[in-house]
Amino acid sequence: MSAKQTLIDAKGFARTVTRLAHEIIERNKGAETLGIVGIRTRGDLLARRIAHKISLMENISVPIGSLDITLYRDDLRGKLNQPQLKTTDILYDIHDKNIILVDDVLFTGRTVRSALNALMDIGRPASIQLAVFIDRGHRQLPIKADFIGKNIPTSFTQQVQVMMSEIDGEDAVYLVEEGENI
Amino acid sequence: MGLQSRHLLGLQGMPKEDIQLILDTAVSFKEIINRPIKKVPTLQGKTIVNLFFESSTRTRTSFELAERRLSADVVTFTAATSSVSKGETLKDTARNIEAMKIDMVVIRHNAGGSAHFLSRIIGANVINAGDGQHEHPTQGLLDMYTLREHFGTLEGLHVCIVGDILHSRVARSNIYGLQTMGAKVSVCGPATLMPRDIEKLGVDVYFHLDDVLPSVDALNVLRIQLEREAGGYFPSLREFHRYFGVTKERLDKVGKPIAILHPGPINRDVELSADVADGPHSLILQQVENGVAIRMAVLYLLGTHN
Repeated sequence: MSAKQTLIDAKGFARTVTRLAHEIIERNKGAETLGIVGIRTRGDLLARRIAHKISLMENISVPIGSLDITLYRDDLRGKLNQPQLKTTDILYDIHDKNIILVDDVLFTGRTVRSALNALMDIGRPASIQLAVFIDRGHRQLPIKADFIGKNIPTSFTQQVQVMMSEIDGEDAVYLVEEGENI
Repeated sequence: MGLQSRHLLGLQGMPKEDIQLILDTAVSFKEIINRPIKKVPTLQGKTIVNLFFESSTRTRTSFELAERRLSADVVTFTAATSSVSKGETLKDTARNIEAMKIDMVVIRHNAGGSAHFLSRIIGANVINAGDGQHEHPTQGLLDMYTLREHFGTLEGLHVCIVGDILHSRVARSNIYGLQTMGAKVSVCGPATLMPRDIEKLGVDVYFHLDDVLPSVDALNVLRIQLEREAGGYFPSLREFHRYFGVTKERLDKVGKPIAILHPGPINRDVELSADVADGPHSLILQQVENGVAIRMAVLYLLGTHN
């Protein structure tokens, strides 16, 4: 087995984004009540892609925002490197909206827990639904995604890397053995 | 990532990257304090003690708000209500408070160097909220944040600090910080209120306000401590106002907008005339708002860094 395995290539990436957009519209019977929030950094970029697809399909513009969960993390004290704090940019009122929370990889569930708390501090949405590009298992909290791009069984020490052309120069998903950073 | 020091004692010698990090981090906190729920759980479980041996309203309130908005547990001692008035030394006070298992201390004291002293004898993170005539780093940082927000950059900016330079810790923190960030700093005030050898800090010294106004982008107007008049530093408040008061008439003569900062509290119509303090180029209330964001940033960076 190679150290770096391609799970999704550029074409597959685009198809998965389209399917997620369709599923979200189907489940919510349209996009009128939707608000999309991406978790920085790659969740935010994915949120923009999904929102763009939904806008094209439904002919309305869907409000997008990005969420920085740094201040809500439960491992701030244990980290050796202090994470760079970024800003939360949600310029619309999330009150009574059906919020689609978007992240790239669902792993332990701790990021989503932080994001839920952060969202609740900003307002009271009608519902929050979770959309993730990759679900790799190993949950440590009772959290489940509503929309999943691809389920990938992994071992705990492997890494799933979602690459996006905006910052990584390509759209792809790789499975990397531990210790191999690209 | 992270600051190089585990205390914030002063801006003298603080690396540019650290100042940059604090200013950038404060941008995130400014967004948070404009939310309906102005609170994040980041410092949950941390205990912060505010030791205010000198009276203060703005700085103390600003620190307390910043601490509470980060969900820390907060205790505030003021000189009047503590054992200091019974003659306890700073060292004993600090050791006793530390025995109560605290994580951070914010100290204001009338002796220069008190924050340094504290940082050597206790294990908690120490933040200097003003020590004598030495430094007031969070004020320097919030002034820089406000200027950067207004002008977009500090690089190449010309800032003149006006008034009582001699007794001012705000002046010193501003000089060190602004110079590190690439701004040019001048000082202007009566000769009696100018520290000896101040030009060794790399600042231009002016004794006439009208000489410096044409080249400045911003004035940081210091508060005249009214008791200084009795100390013989200047003949009368009226005379001080005539020579060094920042008035609309004076600014209008320059023919370009000059941003006005003041660390507060203002003596209206002494160092700053009322129409300038409330005028369109006054950044004074922004300074107060930014002060909370800056203090949240400092508390966050020190409190979550091991």
